[in-house]
Amino acid sequence: MAERLSFTPPDQARIVIGSTMLDVRAGLADLMACPIVQGLSADCLSTTEIVLAEALNNVVEHAYARFAGEIEVELRRDSDQLRFHIKDKGLPMPDAEPPAGYPPAVGSFDDLPEGGFGWFLIRTLSCDLAYRREGDLNLLSFGVVLDNAA
Amino acid sequence: MNLDTTHEGEIILIRVMDDRIDAASAIQFKERMREIVAVPSLRVVLDMSNVGFLDSSGLGAVVAVMKALGPLRRLELSGLTPTVEKVFRLTRMDSVFTIHKTLPADLRRAG
Repeated sequence: MAERLSFTPPDQARIVIGSTMLDVRAGLADLMACPIVQGLSADCLSTTEIVLAEALNNVVEHAYARFAGEIEVELRRDSDQLRFHIKDKGLPMPDAEPPAGYPPAVGSFDDLPEGGFGWFLIRTLSCDLAYRREGDLNLLSFGVVLDNAA
Repeated sequence: MNLDTTHEGEIILIRVMDDRIDAASAIQFKERMREIVAVPSLRVVLDMSNVGFLDSSGLGAVVAVMKALGPLRRLELSGLTPTVEKVFRLTRMDSVFTIHKTLPADLRRAG
């Protein structure tokens, strides 16, 4: 369940959620209703929701594949970017690196991919992506460029 | 996952009544769809105009349903909202499906 949603100051937001897909859904709904995303273009809003959903789904699916835990999401709005900082205490990323996210191979009917789109979408839609492991913490950050910086 | 099914001649029209197909609902969507399309038909049309959000798990589920139909019975999609359209376009899955902007004329009164 989503908890401790705070939107002061208005250019920041922080939320802590649990590690199920329903927690992600509820957390996304809360974040997408925050003052920090108000006034973004429809295009920017959809990009934000897609990237955030994929990043959080990955934490649930991989980092917390074997045990449950908390996910902290922090948003900050700069002049030209919405910055996301995602923290969890799950398993580290393999090779201490986020997946490359190659474009899905759209080939013959039988070979059409049913997965592997997540990191491709994150890599395509975000900028300045960074990951590091600090003790038992995964720290992922990335930005979404604001097209109507104001 | 709430799906509304109408049989209209040789077409099965399925309306997604939920406003998202995401990682929390993708498996259920896939299972319900497989039950529905077990009934033979020439065409299967999925009306997604209520779906405001679809993530990569949702996309994977839609692709899986299309593959389950086999190559001769394609899954047609209708009414993609902007976010859903963006996910299909970026992953190039928009080239794999027949996509109608709005419901085909012969289905508009269905349901």
